Amino acid sequence: MKRVYVSRDMASVALGADEVAHAFEAAGCEVVRTGSRGLFSIEPLVEVESEGKRIGFGPVGPADIAAVLDGSHEARLGDVAALPFFAGQQRFTFARCGVIDPLSLKDYAEHGGWRGLETARGMTPQAVVDAVKASGLRGRGGAGFPTGIKWQTVLDAVSDAKFIVCNADEGDSGTFADRMLVEGDPFCLIEGMAIAGHAVGASHGYIYIRSEYPFAIAAMREAIQLSAERTAPFTLEVRVGAGAYVCGEETALLESIEGKRGQVRAKPPLPALAGLFGRPTVINNLLSLAAVPFILAEGAKAYADVGFGRSRGTIPVQLAGNVKHGGLYEIGFGITLGELVNDIGGGTASGRPVRAVQVGGPLGAYFPPSMFDLPFDYEAFAQAGGLIGHAGITVFDDSVDMAHMARFAMEFCAVESCGKCTPCRIGSTRGVEVMDRIIAARDSATVVQAGRNWEGYLQKALNSRTPDRIDTGLEAQTALLRDLCDTMKHGSLCALGGFTPYPVLSALDHFPEDFGAKSPVKEAAE
Amino acid sequence: MQQEDATRLIEDWTRTHGRTRDRLLPLLHMLQEEIGFIDDAAIPAIATALNLSRADVHGVVTFYHDFRRTPAGRHVVKLCRAESCQARGATAIEKAATDRLGVPMGETRPDGQVTLEPVYCLGLCAVGPNALVDGRPVARIDAATLDRIAQEIAA
Repeated sequence: MKRVYVSRDMASVALGADEVAHAFEAAGCEVVRTGSRGLFSIEPLVEVESEGKRIGFGPVGPADIAAVLDGSHEARLGDVAALPFFAGQQRFTFARCGVIDPLSLKDYAEHGGWRGLETARGMTPQAVVDAVKASGLRGRGGAGFPTGIKWQTVLDAVSDAKFIVCNADEGDSGTFADRMLVEGDPFCLIEGMAIAGHAVGASHGYIYIRSEYPFAIAAMREAIQLSAERTAPFTLEVRVGAGAYVCGEETALLESIEGKRGQVRAKPPLPALAGLFGRPTVINNLLSLAAVPFILAEGAKAYADVGFGRSRGTIPVQLAGNVKHGGLYEIGFGITLGELVNDIGGGTASGRPVRAVQVGGPLGAYFPPSMFDLPFDYEAFAQAGGLIGHAGITVFDDSVDMAHMARFAMEFCAVESCGKCTPCRIGSTRGVEVMDRIIAARDSATVVQAGRNWEGYLQKALNSRTPDRIDTGLEAQTALLRDLCDTMKHGSLCALGGFTPYPVLSALDHFPEDFGAKSPVKEAAE
Repeated sequence: MQQEDATRLIEDWTRTHGRTRDRLLPLLHMLQEEIGFIDDAAIPAIATALNLSRADVHGVVTFYHDFRRTPAGRHVVKLCRAESCQARGATAIEKAATDRLGVPMGETRPDGQVTLEPVYCLGLCAVGPNALVDGRPVARIDAATLDRIAQEIAA
């Protein structure tokens, strides 16, 4: 009986992997459902085992079964791992994803699983924390805070109970690494959390997964049951979100687990000292926790040897949006934006020129191709007025209207604001209104050409809500937009209101022509 | 009828899962799964079961986008509106979907056959525009896909 591998990843299923798998079953094959390898232009991908090797075919439809089985199918890819998209990667965290049956303990153990946990359990908690520190691992949720320092704080805290919380509330558009790992290698996360539990003295962990990921929730629940014996006495449970983006913010997430509205807490106190139920809590992004088994198994040095500047190790970059070869690309820090988008991603799916990329989700900055030499590094991105976030890159072609994207950023913030702080709650709604006026002014040529009377502008109260007293001209509204963004950036409690100005201002700065400006602001400044 | 159902469900569920406050979200998920929405009439029973105020429960139900306070249509289409899908033409697809399904975004068609809702990212960002149709993921949506979805919904 022939053994074939077909992904059960949600993206593969959305492209028809279930139908393909059923067709192979009907043809009498043994079908192993794996996670996704991470290149979606070849999904649904089928790998046929022959003489201990796997031969890939993709994309494949249910009608192609016979041609795949006799090897004559035109979409024959050969050894999938040898494809350029995969050969160039450094898969530390995602080494098993797409290769093994995600819910087979046997597969997991045979592919290096549990070695990190075994090593950790042979060490003192302090030695485990030291190893994480030495690896240079930084929070993969976006803030880039050193994971080892966070763990040290929790280890040093004295309490009757401590918790490990995994933030798998991956709400950023353009990101899917958390989902892929949970669906493709859930034991890796479980192992990382068990190591964290040992390191800081916590006996229970929560995995908070968004409700938009039904496949991941099911896979995680099953994996927890299957591995309960292995991780004991450390226990785990899944908590399901309820459609609130802001719950990806760590303190809102803790509130949500506690059964409350997902409103952001003011810090201090830090969650590391007073987190879930007021107890010291390690709350880490899923990718941070999933990087830990490798660090313990292979040694901190093996992880720290890869990277760029102060950003050590690998980052699972997600290529998304209008990109030819979208998917997950795990690589050491330091690769440039241009290499990722053009060389690996292959440019746009539409075949039109790339106009902008947004890095880091709805709160990340838009960059033009002129900035494609930017290396993937926390500091370099911060310096360029952006952020890495969860390492999602959304590619747009030249049909994009950047003023509309700026408006969307404000609209999204208004929809998802938790309402606790004023700059975010009200600023986002005012931001949508300002953007509407800018777009209206831009689209009505007469207003643009009439020019503004600056004396009149000064007499008008910018903040007045009486429409006829508002200067709706481009200059005035653009100045108001910058002022509003400044307030939101510095006055908001968390990253939702605080970072919404990134996409808005980067769009305005790099693509001023979409905001009705005659010449790029940059040139004027120089 | 429904209210008694809800009260019994809440009782049964809390007996096995406990009555601490952190059970509120799992309890609401369970109710919505079983009954389809969180009826305002069920809020006192939830509050009593978990020893919370009705205002507390109301606050949580209304905070989270997932929880419905009225029944959904027989079919639910959740269409992604986030950036990565927009980069692949989701804005046009959203307009086509509202036309084809005959219901504005965020509403239930008067005949109760379908609810069209926005969702902000399903994590299928390289193969958009995407949707969840009755929980089933659908990728690379175009006019032909919309036709198929419309047929499914008519059935």
